[in-house]
Amino acid sequence: MSHKIVIPIGPYHPLQEEPEFFRLYVDGEKVVDIDIVIGYMHRGIEELSEHNHFDQVPFLVERICGICSHSHPNAYVLAVEDILGGERNVVPERALYIRTIIDEMQRIHSHLLWLGLAGHFIGYNTVWMWAWRYREPILDMFEMITGNRQHYAMCKVGGVRRDIRPQDIPILRKALDELVPVIDMFKGAVMDDPVIQARLKGIGILNRQQAIDWCAVGPTARAAGLDIDVRRDEPYGVTDRLKWNVIIEKDGDIFAKTKVRILELYESINMIRQCLDKLPEGPIDADIKDIPPGEGIGRVEAPRGECFHYVRADGTNRPIRHKIRAPSYMNVASNKVAAVGGTISDAAITLAAVDPCYCCTERTAVLEKGSEKKIMNGFDLIKLSQEKTEKIRNNKDNRD
Amino acid sequence: MNLKLRALTKSLWVFHAATSPCNNCDIEILDALTPRHDIERFGMVLAGSVRHADVLLVTGVPNYKTKERLKKLYSQAPKPCLVAAIGNCACGRIMFKDSYNSPCPVDEIVPVDVYISGCPPKPEAIIAGVVKLINKVTSSAKGT
Repeated sequence: MSHKIVIPIGPYHPLQEEPEFFRLYVDGEKVVDIDIVIGYMHRGIEELSEHNHFDQVPFLVERICGICSHSHPNAYVLAVEDILGGERNVVPERALYIRTIIDEMQRIHSHLLWLGLAGHFIGYNTVWMWAWRYREPILDMFEMITGNRQHYAMCKVGGVRRDIRPQDIPILRKALDELVPVIDMFKGAVMDDPVIQARLKGIGILNRQQAIDWCAVGPTARAAGLDIDVRRDEPYGVTDRLKWNVIIEKDGDIFAKTKVRILELYESINMIRQCLDKLPEGPIDADIKDIPPGEGIGRVEAPRGECFHYVRADGTNRPIRHKIRAPSYMNVASNKVAAVGGTISDAAITLAAVDPCYCCTERTAVLEKGSEKKIMNGFDLIKLSQEKTEKIRNNKDNRD
Repeated sequence: MNLKLRALTKSLWVFHAATSPCNNCDIEILDALTPRHDIERFGMVLAGSVRHADVLLVTGVPNYKTKERLKKLYSQAPKPCLVAAIGNCACGRIMFKDSYNSPCPVDEIVPVDVYISGCPPKPEAIIAGVVKLINKVTSSAKGT
C-alpha cells in the first residue's frame, strides 16, 4: 500500500448524535484501517460518585446514558445489595417484578430507537420516522408509571422508588398489545425488503471467533452466535421465573444484528406480560439504613449488552470506589474488525450497528495541549509516574 | 422587520451540538422532529453542518475537549446565530459542577439566547423554547 487516504468522521458529524471521531484509512473505496478517538463525553462520573452518598448515586449513574437509564442504576443497586447479602435476600418481591418490567420496557424503547437510527443511516428515513413514532406510546407508559419520559429514577438501594398503580396495568397491557402488530410490520418491512437485505447482508461481519476475541457483548455477540445473556446466566430481578428465549443468530453481519434486536422486542413484550400476570402485592422498599463495609458487583443485561458495576464500601455513607464498565466499551472496539474490509459507504451503518453509546463508554480522558499531540501508551504512563516520584523525591531531599 | 429577519424566523435551521450530554436531550431533539411532534411543519430542519444553521442547540455540560469544539462551531456558524441551551446540564451543570472535567457552563463559552430546562426537557418544552426564541428575536427587531 503506497498511499493511504484518511477520511475523518466527526467529532460533529451529521451522521452521529454524539461527538466521537473516527479516522478511516481508505485505499480507493475500501476501508483498510480505522482509528477510534473517543473522550468527548467524559464527565468524571466514577469520581463524582465517590463524593455522593449511596442514595444519591442512582441519580448520578442514571445520567451516564439516557438510553439505558435503567440499566446503570439497576447494576449499581445490585452491587450495593451484593454487599448487603444479595438482591433476593434484601429486596421485596414486588420491587423485583417492577424492576424487571421497567428493564424490559427500556429494552423495547432502546431497540426501537436503534432500528430507527439504523434506517436513517442507510437512507431509509421512513423506517426512522415509523420506529420513533411507535416508540412514543412506550415513552408515554414510562411517563405514566415513573413520572418522566426518560431518566426513570425507579431504582433505589433496597427496592424501587415508585409503585405501579393497579389502574395503570390495563393501560400498559393495551399499549403492549398495540405494539405487537407494529413489530410484525417492522419485521416484514425490514426483513423482507430486498433493498435492506442487499445493504445489510454480508456487511460488517463479526464472526464468532472475532466476537470472542474482542469481548463483544449483548446483541452484537448474540448475532455472532455467542450464547450469552446476563438475564439467563446470572438472573437478576425475576428474569429466571419467566419463560423467554435468548435470541441467537449465526451470521454476525448487520442483518443478523437487526434480526436479533427485532426478535428481542417480542421476548421483552412477553416478559412484561408475564410480570404483570404474576405481580404480587406487598411493600416495594426494604428501607435500608446502613451499608456495611465490603465490596459487591452488579451485572445487568442492558439493551447493548452486559453492564457491570463494582462498588466498595467502608462503612461510611459513601462508596469509596465505584467502577463502571458499559457494554459499548467492548462493542465499539469490535468495529476495528467489523468495519475494516468494507467500503466507505458501508462504514456508517457498520459503525452504528453495534448500537454505540459513547456517553456510557467514556470513563477516562486524555487531553491534547496546544498543537503538541501525543498518544500515550502504558510505558509512557509508567515513565510519567516514575518521573513524578523522582520529582517529589528531589523536592523532599531539597527540604531536608 | 427587515426581510432577512422575516425569512430567518420563518424557517430556523437547527444544528445540535452535543457537548458531552447523556444523550437524552439529543434524543428529545430528534423526537421533536419525528411524527408525534413534527416541528418540520414550522420550517425547522436539522442541518447537517453548522455552516447552514441558524440555531445552535447545545446540550450537555462542556468538558475540556468539547469546550474548544463548541467555540469553533460557534465561530463557523453564520451570524446572526442564535444559541439555545437545552437541558439542565447546559443551563447550569447541575450535578456535574464539581466534576474535574467540567471547566465552565455553556454560557461562559458562547452567548446563550434561550435556556430550556428539564432533565431532559420534553419535546413540547423544546418547541415552546424555540417559539420564545423567535418572539425574542422579532420583538428586539421591532424595538430598534
